[in-house]
Amino acid sequence: MRYITMFILSLIFWLLLTFDLTVPNIIVGTVSSIICSLFFGRFFITNVYKLLQPRRYFWFVIYLFVFIWECIKANLDVAYRVLHPAMPIRPGIVKVKTTLKSDLAKMLLANSITMTPGTISVDIIDDNLYIHWIYIRSEDPEIYTGMITGAFEKYIKRIIE
Amino acid sequence: MISLIFITIGILFNLLGCIGIIRLPDTYNRLQAATKCVTLGCCSILLGVVFHFGFSDAGTKVLVAIPILFFASTVGAHALIRGTYHFGIKLGNKSVKDDYKDALK
Repeated sequence: MRYITMFILSLIFWLLLTFDLTVPNIIVGTVSSIICSLFFGRFFITNVYKLLQPRRYFWFVIYLFVFIWECIKANLDVAYRVLHPAMPIRPGIVKVKTTLKSDLAKMLLANSITMTPGTISVDIIDDNLYIHWIYIRSEDPEIYTGMITGAFEKYIKRIIE
Repeated sequence: MISLIFITIGILFNLLGCIGIIRLPDTYNRLQAATKCVTLGCCSILLGVVFHFGFSDAGTKVLVAIPILFFASTVGAHALIRGTYHFGIKLGNKSVKDDYKDALK
């Protein structure tokens, strides 16, 4: 089932990317989609019926807006630190615990953290994310966990889990 | 007109990212500037192109390119920063905390 879903998604992706509905193009797209889904289908999400639940898409749209807002904030933050003459930075690597379980959710969380103000995820070991932070605002693990993952974790939990 | 505004913002953020790469002290902080500013800068330029062409063939391709660029740059930054640490490059002098060191033992 997951192989078929991945085949359909990659075919749509191919048609969008080439934007050409002639027969040779569709044949090439079908063949390459079959090869892709045979090789990478086992990495695809296990329960494909989750793709059919509309409320996940609703939360995804809200998440997208939150994410774009955080992304713009991140850029202004970096711009401020770069242009400030004294360069107010206090970098370090902190450990943050996450409550998300599936690999896909952790991947999305790590990518979101990379785009938020001043943070880049370095590694994931079990439930712990290691994050390089350009300005450590607090020494208390609970406070900075809320600051880093708080904005995204609840949305990602509703989208994926 | 809207496309010009988006492209201008994009170039401005790319410029800030470049200044960041020069000014910030160590590899890890430079990667921060390189990923954030340059990703939003390029996405903004691509959005400008979408507004310029509308939903024609070029516009749709550009719209597909935005998520690809986003995932490529975040995964790339993650791989670079992890590789830098494992290669043995130390955090800069100003650093105050390093939890990752304990995790690798």
